[in-house]
Amino acid sequence: MSEKFKVTIDNIVIEVDPGTTILNAARMIGGDIVPPAMCYYTKLQGSGGKCRTCLVKVSQGSEKDPRPMPKLVASCRTTVMDGMVVQNITSPEVIEARKGVVEILLINHPLDCPVCDQAGECHLQDLSFEHGAEQTRYEFKRRTFERIDIGDKIQLHMNRCILCYRCVFTADQITNERVHGVLNRGDASEISTYITKAVDNDFSGNMIDVCPVGALTDKTFRFKNRVWFTKPVDAHCECDKCSGKVTLWYKGEDVIRVTGRKDQYGEVQDFICNTCRFDKKKTSDWTIEKPTEIDPRSVISANHYEMEHMLPVIDKKIM
Amino acid sequence: MAQKILLKDIDVPGIETFDVFRKQGGYSAVEKVLKTMSPEDVVEEVKKSGLRGRGGAGFPTGMKWSFLAKPEGVPRYLVCNADESEPGTFKDRYLMTKLPHVLIEGMIVASYALGANTSYIYVRGEMMPQIRILEKAIAEAKAAGFLGENILGSGYDLEIYVQPGGGAYICGEETALLESLEGKRGNPRIKPPFPAIAGLYGCPTVVNNVESIAATSWIVLNGGDEYAKIGIGRSTGTKLISASGNINKPGVYEIELGLPVEEFIYSDEYCGGIANGKRLKAVVAGGSSVPILPANLILRTVNGEPRLMSYESLADGGFASGTMLGSGGFIVMDEDACIVRNTWNFSRFYHHESCGQCSPCREGTGWMEKILHRIEYGHGKMSDIDLLWDVQRKIEGNTICPLGDAAAWPVASAIRHFRDEFEWHVNEPKAAMEGNYGLAHYADPLPVPAAPSELVK
Amino acid sequence: MLAVKEIKFSEEMLKQVDEIIKRYPEGKEKSALLPVLHLAQAEFGWCSTEVMDQVASVLNIKPIEVYEVATFYTMFHVKPVGKYVLEVCRTGPCCLVGAEKIIKYLEDKLEIKEGETSADGLFTVKGVECLAACGTGPVLQIGPEYTFYEHLTTDSVDQLLEDLKGRKQ
Repeated sequence: MSEKFKVTIDNIVIEVDPGTTILNAARMIGGDIVPPAMCYYTKLQGSGGKCRTCLVKVSQGSEKDPRPMPKLVASCRTTVMDGMVVQNITSPEVIEARKGVVEILLINHPLDCPVCDQAGECHLQDLSFEHGAEQTRYEFKRRTFERIDIGDKIQLHMNRCILCYRCVFTADQITNERVHGVLNRGDASEISTYITKAVDNDFSGNMIDVCPVGALTDKTFRFKNRVWFTKPVDAHCECDKCSGKVTLWYKGEDVIRVTGRKDQYGEVQDFICNTCRFDKKKTSDWTIEKPTEIDPRSVISANHYEMEHMLPVIDKKIM
Repeated sequence: MAQKILLKDIDVPGIETFDVFRKQGGYSAVEKVLKTMSPEDVVEEVKKSGLRGRGGAGFPTGMKWSFLAKPEGVPRYLVCNADESEPGTFKDRYLMTKLPHVLIEGMIVASYALGANTSYIYVRGEMMPQIRILEKAIAEAKAAGFLGENILGSGYDLEIYVQPGGGAYICGEETALLESLEGKRGNPRIKPPFPAIAGLYGCPTVVNNVESIAATSWIVLNGGDEYAKIGIGRSTGTKLISASGNINKPGVYEIELGLPVEEFIYSDEYCGGIANGKRLKAVVAGGSSVPILPANLILRTVNGEPRLMSYESLADGGFASGTMLGSGGFIVMDEDACIVRNTWNFSRFYHHESCGQCSPCREGTGWMEKILHRIEYGHGKMSDIDLLWDVQRKIEGNTICPLGDAAAWPVASAIRHFRDEFEWHVNEPKAAMEGNYGLAHYADPLPVPAAPSELVK
Repeated sequence: MLAVKEIKFSEEMLKQVDEIIKRYPEGKEKSALLPVLHLAQAEFGWCSTEVMDQVASVLNIKPIEVYEVATFYTMFHVKPVGKYVLEVCRTGPCCLVGAEKIIKYLEDKLEIKEGETSADGLFTVKGVECLAACGTGPVLQIGPEYTFYEHLTTDSVDQLLEDLKGRKQ
C-alpha cells in the first residue's frame, strides 16, 4: 500500500501504513512517548486490549472527522486514521489513568520481587517504577494461589500473574496442543490446567518468554542467579525445529539459561523450541555471535557489564 | 388508559398459544412484510418509528439495522438478547412467559429486514422454563408455516433457535453474548470491529433486546410514524418498566414514554405508592447500573420541572443530578432502606459478575466491594469514602466494556447524593449496625433556582 | 447421598447432542457447549472432570476448552452439590423485600452456611445474583428445570423443604 496515514503522537508527527496501531506507530517514533504494554504481543494474534496500561487519549479522530474519541483507548488495539492526533505523556488524564491501572494491577500482586526470578527483567516492576505511586492504598488480604509445576520445566506462580493471556495465545498459536487456559472468572480467574497436567510439547517453553511477570518461570534457572549478575550473549545453532537463534545467559562460564532473543519491548524475535531452551546448556552446543544489546537503563547492564570484554572464553577443544 | 402495544392482549386466556395469538391478529405483521414490503421498507419504518434499544443503551434500532454490512455470499445473523440480568429488570422474562409469540413474530419481521436466515434467541440459562416456552412457540409457528423454508410462499427461509446461557451477567453485553453463543467464556470483545461488521462467527450480526424486537411487529403494521406519535420527543413509543422494591404493586407495566415519575410511583394504575405507608427515599430508575437518585431529585429536576419517564428527562442534569432510563428496571426504596448496604450489595454483584479480562474491572470491582463492606459493617474510615470515589473514577471509562462503568456509577452516585449517610456509618458504626439513617433530608424540596441562567454560569 | 453413576452419554443423550449441533453452521459445533453442559449436568448432577471430558469428546474439542467455560458460568457446578440446589437471589431488589432473612433462615434450618450442603446430602443453599424476578421477590430456583418459587416467606420455605423431602426418587 503506498498511501500513508499521518498521525501525531505527543506532538511528534509520523507517517505510517494504514492498519498500524497507535502503539506501533509510537514504537516507530520510539523514546518516552511509547505507551507501556503488558498484554499486547506483536507475534500473538488477538493479544492486547486487556491490561489497559497503554491507554491514550485521541484528541482528534482523523482529518475527516476531527472529533475526539469520548474515552481513552487501548493504543495496542486502536488503528490510526489519517490526521489522528494522540496524546500519551502529554495528557495528564492519561498519566492519571495509567497510575490507576498500575495501582490496580498491584493490589493483589505479592510484591515478592526479592525472591522472584523475574526481578530485573519484569515489566510490572518497570511499569510500577515508572508510573506507579509510592505506596498502595489497598488494605485487604491479597489473593493467593498455590505454586504449581506445569511440567518439569515450567513453574506457575499464579500470585504474580496479571492475566495478560499471552501464554494462552502462545499455546494456541505456537504449540499443537493447549492444555492450560484461564479458569474461573473475575478476580478469581487463574491460569491453570484444571487437573494436574504437564504442559509438554516442543514449544511450551515460549510461555516463559512471553510472560511479562514472574508467573511462568524456567525451573532449570530457578534461583540459580539474579538476572543482573548474568551475562547475555546472542548465539545460534542448527536446529530442525526452530530458527536456533537464542540468547544464552552466562554465569561465569556456565550457560544457566537459554531464552529467545528479546527486543526492547520484551518481545522475542523468534520463538524457540524446548530442545534449544532446556537441553543445550553447554557453550559447545552453540555458535556465539555477540553480547546481547541491552537497554543501558536496564539493571542487566547496570552491573558494570562491559560489552567488549565480557565474552566467555570459548574453547571447543576442551569442552 | 395509556396505549398498550406489547402487552395489549396479556389478559386474553391462552394467548401463549399460537391459535389464540393468531385469532387476536398475531403474525399479521409477518404476512404484511413478506407479502408487501421489501427488507429495506421494514428498516425504513423502524427508523421512522424512532424506536430505541430497550436493553439499556437506548441506541436507535433502525440505525443499528442500517449499519449491518451486507457482503455477498456471507450469512447475516439476528441474535436476540434475552440474557436479562440487570438487577431490577424482569420485563423480558414476563414478556417471554406470557407472550412468547409476540417475540417470535418480531423475530421473523426483524430477521426478514436484516436478511438473516438463521436467528438465535440467547436466553439466560436460569430461565429454563422460558426456554421451553419459546421452543414450543417456535415449533407452533413452524407448524403453521411461519418459520422454515419458503415462508408463506415468499421464498424467504428462516430458522430460529433458542440458546441457553450459563449464568453470567456479562453475557448481556452484546459481544460477550456472541462469544458465549460460540461456546466460549463470556469475555467481551475489543471493539472495533463492531458486530454489524464482524459478529457471530465473524459474520455481520445485529444483537437486539427482546423488547426492541417485539415492538417491530406493531411498527410495521401501524407504520413508524404512528409509533413515533406515542411518547415524547425522541423518546418514542411505549416502554416496559419493571417496578420493584418497597411499593404496593410491584410488576411489569407498559407505559407511554413521557409519563411523570410521580404518577408512575403513586398512581394506582402503576406502582400504587410506597408500601406500608412509608415515605419514598430513593429510586434506581433504570436497572442497578444507573445512578441512584434521592426522592427529591427523582421527582423533580433541579430546575423544578416534573421528572418524566423518558430517556431525556431522566438524564436531565447529567450525572450531577440526573440518571438514565436504562433497561427500565425501576427500584424503589423507602425510608428504611440503607443506601450504604444497597450500594455494597450492588457492588458485590458487579464484583461477582466481572469477567476478569481487563484489569481495572477485575481488580477494581473487588476493591470497591471490600471498602463498602468495611463501611457497612462498622469498620470504615472517613478516608474510605474518598478512596472509594477515587477507585470508581479509575475504573469508569477505562475498561473494555461498559461493565466497568456500570460498577462505578452506582457507587459514584451513592456518594454524590448520600455522602452524609456514608459519613454517619463511619462516625456512628454502632448505631449504623443497629438502625438506619432514615429519610433524613432526601425528600426535602430542592431550592429552585431563580432563573435558569444562574445554572449556566 | 448421590448414587454413583457411570459417566457416559447414553444413546438418548447423544441423539439430543446431535439435534443441538444442527442449530449451528457446519464447523461451529463448539456453540453447542453450553446446552450440552446443561444436558450433562441435568443427567449427572454436577460437572465433574469426567463429565467435562465426556462433553469435550462428544463435541470434539479440547478438554481445557470445556474447563474454561464450565468454570466461567455460575450455573455449572464443578464441585459436588446436594440433590436439590436452592439458589436464592441475594441482589438488591430482593434484599429490599427480605431475601437476606430467607437465606439466614435456610442456613439456620439446614444447619449449614451459604454455599454448603446439608448433612443428609439433600440440600445445597447458594446465594446467587439477580434472577430477573425482582417484582416477585424474594425468589429461589431449583435446577435442573429451574423451577421458580416466588414471594418467599419462612412458612413457604418450610413447606418447600417438606415437599422436596417427600419427593420420591
